[in-house]
Amino acid sequence: MKKIISNAYLFTVILFLYAPILVLIALSFNDSKSRAHWGGFTLRWYMSMLQDRDILSALRTTLLIALLSALLATILGTMAAIAIQNMRAFPRSVILGITNIPMLNADIVTGISMMLCFIAFRISLGFQTILIAHITFNIPYVILSVMPKLRQASQVNYEAALDLGATPLQAFFKVVLPDIMPGVLSGFLLAFTMSLDDFIVTHFTRGAGINTISTLVYSEVRRGIKPSMYSLSTVIFAVVFIVLLISNFAPGAKKARGAGA
Amino acid sequence: MKSKGTRYLALPYIVWMCGFIVIPLLLVLYYGLTDRSGTFTFDNVRKIMLAENFRPLYLAMGLSAVSTLLCFLIAFPLALILRSRKVGKGSFVAFLFILPMWMNSLLRILAWQTLLERKGVINGILSSLHLPEQHLINTPAAIVLGMVYDFLPFMILPIYNTLIKIDDNTINAAYDLGAGFRETLLRIILPLSVPGIVSGVTMVFVPTLTTFAISNMLGGGKVFLIGNVIEQEFMLNSNWNLGSGLSLILMVFIIMSMALLSRYDNGEDAIL
Amino acid sequence: MVPQTLRGFYELEKALIDLQGITKSFDGEVILDDLNLSILENSFVTLLGPSGCGKTTTLRIIGGFEKPDKGRVFFEGKDITNVPPNKRQLNTVFQKYALFPHMNIADNIAFGLRIKKKPENYIRDKIKYALKLVNLDGYENRSVESLSGGQQQRIAIARAIVNEPRLLLLDEPLGALDLKLRQEMQYELIRLKNELGITFIYVTHDQEEALTMSDYVVVMNQGYIQQAGTPEQIYNEPENAFVADFIGDSNIVPGVMLKDRLVRIFGADFHCVDSGFGENKPVDVVIRPEDVEILPPDDPKGILHGRMSHIIFKGEMYEMECTSSDGFEWLIHSTEMHEPGKEVALYVKPSNIQIMNKPASEDEEAIGVEE
Repeated sequence: MKKIISNAYLFTVILFLYAPILVLIALSFNDSKSRAHWGGFTLRWYMSMLQDRDILSALRTTLLIALLSALLATILGTMAAIAIQNMRAFPRSVILGITNIPMLNADIVTGISMMLCFIAFRISLGFQTILIAHITFNIPYVILSVMPKLRQASQVNYEAALDLGATPLQAFFKVVLPDIMPGVLSGFLLAFTMSLDDFIVTHFTRGAGINTISTLVYSEVRRGIKPSMYSLSTVIFAVVFIVLLISNFAPGAKKARGAGA
Repeated sequence: MKSKGTRYLALPYIVWMCGFIVIPLLLVLYYGLTDRSGTFTFDNVRKIMLAENFRPLYLAMGLSAVSTLLCFLIAFPLALILRSRKVGKGSFVAFLFILPMWMNSLLRILAWQTLLERKGVINGILSSLHLPEQHLINTPAAIVLGMVYDFLPFMILPIYNTLIKIDDNTINAAYDLGAGFRETLLRIILPLSVPGIVSGVTMVFVPTLTTFAISNMLGGGKVFLIGNVIEQEFMLNSNWNLGSGLSLILMVFIIMSMALLSRYDNGEDAIL
Repeated sequence: MVPQTLRGFYELEKALIDLQGITKSFDGEVILDDLNLSILENSFVTLLGPSGCGKTTTLRIIGGFEKPDKGRVFFEGKDITNVPPNKRQLNTVFQKYALFPHMNIADNIAFGLRIKKKPENYIRDKIKYALKLVNLDGYENRSVESLSGGQQQRIAIARAIVNEPRLLLLDEPLGALDLKLRQEMQYELIRLKNELGITFIYVTHDQEEALTMSDYVVVMNQGYIQQAGTPEQIYNEPENAFVADFIGDSNIVPGVMLKDRLVRIFGADFHCVDSGFGENKPVDVVIRPEDVEILPPDDPKGILHGRMSHIIFKGEMYEMECTSSDGFEWLIHSTEMHEPGKEVALYVKPSNIQIMNKPASEDEEAIGVEE
């Protein structure tokens, strides 16, 4: 009896989480402009999506920003994490405190504050400002992923490498980095997805004429939703689902997963 | 890695932080406390008392509190069931509940808009069954629904993460000492999951309090939250001073609620 | 091999716990197979065996945390198989203690009493009494994490005994402690048991611990009881090769029982005290390392001849190996030192030779020693 109730509960929540998404997917194949009627199967919304310049350029911008911002944030963040690890308690807590700000603060405040800053320094709003903003909110996630791994990685290994004749740089790349790699990787992935998903910060720092998927959806919605939006959603859901499925359940992914979120 | 040189590795990050975190926030402070001519004033902050600004703040706090509570009420039993089923961290079932977190949130709100609109899926189905159409969208309830839908996984994940860390024997010990299910839940499981609950509440409450996208898409411009007010001051009215002043108020609210919550939190951030 | 029970030891006395035909499997793997065991009131019984032998599962079935697939659990003759753990008159001291991390020491100890809605002044007295009993007076307001492993262990015991259980279940309670602390706690537990006068069922994989502390030892392997008896019986008269090998070091050698009280090992004839095995019957012979005596090679008492091959100083004695002429390496404990390379003769007193039946071939695996 208890088992039936808890199964029903799990099922209800799953339904709540996935039913709206399934409806979108169904509509993306529906050959009728009405949302309540099934007009037969079609791929024409996918065709019009592939010919839509706005959608394609937003897709490109989104991926490029996500990749570049995650990469740069990973490099800056890992360097910072190593340095923070070796700091005295006071400077360390000051830096970690400031690092926490973008994670805890409301995105809207982060967004407007950076917009004010870019305008004050006369940096014209566009691709570069979105990139800077994304790097800024991504670094803390990298630092938070790398720090615990650094704490676990034993000082002894580094010293052993030096003892065996490695230069500090060699010791870092051959011993320390492989040790903290799971944390670095999960930091990168976290940053990448945070960037993909961001709407609010991008909204304030993007300037006219450039869109990411999120801002495009937001502006399309006001003008009325085109069915090609449903095709776009379906493609994105499918990609996210498959990528996460592979990274979670592919053989060999088991070890790396322990590190990440 | 104790060599002194490593400390300089933080230099690029420190410069970056100052440039893009500290200075921007100081600018918000500057604009918030000055008028258009640059003279010092408390006017922008004081304008929160005007009904047109206060009501959205009040409404945002209400809807956000209700959404956070609903998320907790749905997520906690769910996490408890997953734990009792020994659903491990890497299992497919756990994966299903966390997966929506990684999907673009605007697209997920778009899905609800499609369902709830006046000519949307639900009303379409109703009318094809010859039932009266319902006024679903542009209501506070629709916004709460959107908030819960968007942020539920962010409540599930940290609570689930703390629950599965509780040793089976800690719970068995409570039963062993004579406690029933209710007593074990209230005296052992709930207190031990506080760090996860605190993370979950933070991750739901702050974004829902400050959202303008959800209220815009599911409220049709009819339900105005504090986030919408601030967004309009910047993007429509170009009144940066008022927008910054209201943002300062918002930050004070966030800092206060964090401080309140952090009194219960002693664990590490549960999401990482 | 027929599973042994303790029933024979006290047929006339009433059992506190009676397990009848307990069978349990997880994911198709049989953990316990038709286990029967009676435990007397006021005894200190140890379930001993290697990991995976079913001892912890047995304890969890008595505690109510697992339900047997088949069989019944009786408490003073009452069937409690389906009674939930919170309604059983017994308490458990868990592996790694399972103290409630969000409560201080006093609240941990008071937990069971508060559930039973006892008056606060009664609870206060009980806490004081229990802390005194485990030698931790004044620790009421300490936090769990400020205590060492040994101290947490004592608190776990105090938390259990304030509820005045009839039976205390202890699941490898000393496993996480270092050697010295473990020995101290062994004496402490024996003292507690005597002061409280309640029944202890103790689970461990440490044979020394089992022999030191218990009135009765139940040796388990692969879901079966291999032997049950007093520590002396288990040590001196192991019933099969598994028990002999698991309890202490021993030399287990193949032999042939020529006739009653005479066994041939590696071509040499040893007098022994066992009889009734028949004539020219292959058997296993158990000889403890401390029972092998080393003599000069020309000593007429010597039965086997060999050459010392190995020596380690162990503190209280030397551990040595002697290769006899047939190539077998005898393990020998002695306080006298014999250099490797020295030619010696070996002798074993008849009373120190333990003869066991060879296991029937299909059971060989079931009692096989896990290495």
